[in-house]
Amino acid sequence: MSLRRLGPVAALARHAVLLASGALMLIPFVWMVSLSLKPPGEIFRAGFSLLPEQWYAVENYSRALTASPLPRYMLNGVLVCGAILSLQIAICAPAAYALAKLRFFGREGLFTLVLIGLLIPHEVLALPLFILAYKLGLLDTYAALIMPFAVSPFGIFLFRQFFKSIPDDIVHAARLDGLSELAIVWRVMLPMAMPAVIAFSIFSIVSHWNDLFWPLIAVRSEQLMPPPLGIMAFKNEEAGSDYGPLMACATLVVAPLVVAFLAAQRWFVEGLGGGVK
Amino acid sequence: MTAGLTFNGINKSFGGAHVLRQVSLDVASGEFLSLLGPSGCGKSTLLRIIAGLERQDAGTVAIGGRRVDDLRPKQRDIAMVFQSYALYPHMSVADNIALPLRMRRLSGMQRLPLVGGLLPGSRTTQAGIAKEVTRTARALGIESLLARKPGQLSGGQRQRVAVGRAMVRNPAIFLMDEPLSNLDAKLRVQMRAEIKELHRRLGVTFIYVTHDQTEAMTMSDRVAVMAEGEILQVDAPQVIYADPANRKVAEFVGSPKINMLPARFGADLTHAAGTTFDVRARELAGTAGTLGIRPEALHLAEAPGTGIFTGRVRLLEHMGSDLFVHLDLPHDGEGGTLIARLLAERAPQIAFGQTLHLGVRTGRILVFAADGRRVQPDPAPAAVLRSYA
Ligand SMILES: Nc1ncnc2c1ncn2[C@@H]1O[C@H](COP(=O)(O)OP(=O)(O)O)[C@@H](O)[C@H]1O
Ligand SMILES: [Mg+2]
Repeated sequence: MSLRRLGPVAALARHAVLLASGALMLIPFVWMVSLSLKPPGEIFRAGFSLLPEQWYAVENYSRALTASPLPRYMLNGVLVCGAILSLQIAICAPAAYALAKLRFFGREGLFTLVLIGLLIPHEVLALPLFILAYKLGLLDTYAALIMPFAVSPFGIFLFRQFFKSIPDDIVHAARLDGLSELAIVWRVMLPMAMPAVIAFSIFSIVSHWNDLFWPLIAVRSEQLMPPPLGIMAFKNEEAGSDYGPLMACATLVVAPLVVAFLAAQRWFVEGLGGGVK
Repeated sequence: MTAGLTFNGINKSFGGAHVLRQVSLDVASGEFLSLLGPSGCGKSTLLRIIAGLERQDAGTVAIGGRRVDDLRPKQRDIAMVFQSYALYPHMSVADNIALPLRMRRLSGMQRLPLVGGLLPGSRTTQAGIAKEVTRTARALGIESLLARKPGQLSGGQRQRVAVGRAMVRNPAIFLMDEPLSNLDAKLRVQMRAEIKELHRRLGVTFIYVTHDQTEAMTMSDRVAVMAEGEILQVDAPQVIYADPANRKVAEFVGSPKINMLPARFGADLTHAAGTTFDVRARELAGTAGTLGIRPEALHLAEAPGTGIFTGRVRLLEHMGSDLFVHLDLPHDGEGGTLIARLLAERAPQIAFGQTLHLGVRTGRILVFAADGRRVQPDPAPAAVLRSYA
């Protein structure tokens, strides 16, 4: 609307800025993929070329898959992210429903606590969580990777905002139709909040798939390591300065995220953009 | 399976706002009762209390003679059609209508996706539900829409789906909260007839909330007029119109609005609009109040005189068979406007700006005390009657 009325110069400038910032974010990725295709000799050669002179992809990628237990790391990533996301939705949705649609004493106070939870960076909690996990004997287990993230203040907040935009009449109709409060959450609220669920799922999966900090603290055994920690271990032990296979590893690790995001892009934008129409 | 409904002394406040005050009403089994009142007067709140969606601060609700205050909404055998329809946007029309049956007839396990279909009995129950959904949809003429989502329907179609979802489980009582207010005028008239027909066919108790007097007057057995959280009068539509209990009811019902003239009551006569009327209300003698005159109670008069309004025609509205005449009353008689509803045959005789005389039959004048209470005028003394003979 008002944007359309801007002149061609302004449009050009706007696109230039968008392109430049997009490129800034993309270049490291492109470089990573490019390196994963090159033989060791080309990687440190002066000069700049995206495509290798000698294709070395097969060697790099097969080393990535065989020399390190990368498939195991990926499987761990899937297990941990899946468990975290399932628990988060199972806990956030009813909590958000209560905060959005039920009237009870202390509701505003609880919501304030959620907001405070939103402000605390996870790193701050690392030490107490570590001690807690140690006392419970959970260190170096899947549970140690999963439990600290089971409750997401961000998820509660996002779902609450979305649920609030759903009219009370729908909740009333559902109660008259015989749905219990939990049935209302699962059969009515959550399906209606699908864009928010998808947006949240992407956030959750991306951040826990890529998380290095907490797994570094929580697990030691190689067979429990999620991908980033695995790559780090691989670099230290095996590869040394062998960057080709390392970059191939990294490419394989982020590939599922990129694919998932592209597939869900539309809902992702919608989910952050606002409530139901 | 229909049931009557009684509520007694219902009170409800939100924060500091007293929304319902001592509301009591008896609704007979099978009756069509309208709750009529301006928006914000507490109609929806009352409906939600009846349905069990909101809890009253005081008072009791009984359905079929049984107190239901501690029953949850789904246990009350009540269905409700919401103003916004409140359909589930992610479910097809068929699923919307089927949900109340599924929740009642299938166990929690049987409702699970995939697994549920394999459990014993669930197939036959599902088939029974599907049959009833189809039957309901056919009755409402929405059979061809069963596979669509609510978002793909027009307002009138959504309204029918909402009625279908309420109808499918044969409730004892139907609550409807302004179900027609989101439809265009033409569809509203059509749906009015359909809802009336539905009531006749189902024969169950209907409680119909509206702020539209035409809906209330045309559809109901009885109308309960509400204002500011109170029920002012409960009566048949024609009684509400002809014999209103107080000023608010008289003013709320009737279109064009009733003429309200400030009046002073004497011992024998009543003074209003610069003239006198043969209206006596001994208990009001010496006080000020109001005379209410329905537009159709006025008729053309030949010449000025006592009990005759004289004024200038300010506006003429031709309504086909009727003609609405707006008359400016002279300022020495406190001014104001009078609206008369005359037969259109008279129209050629009346011109904008002309001076017109209007008379009124004494028996059709409604008398209100200063506090808005309706007062029955005393009969004319015999002497006066004789002089008329
Ligand atoms: N849940 C609520 N919280 C606070 N105030 C409410 C609530 N529901 C209704 N009210 C208030 O009660 C009054 C009556 O509302 P309502 O019953 O919806 O009126 P109506 O249906 O006659 O238009 C309004 O002033 C409204 O603001
Ligand atoms: Mg309302």
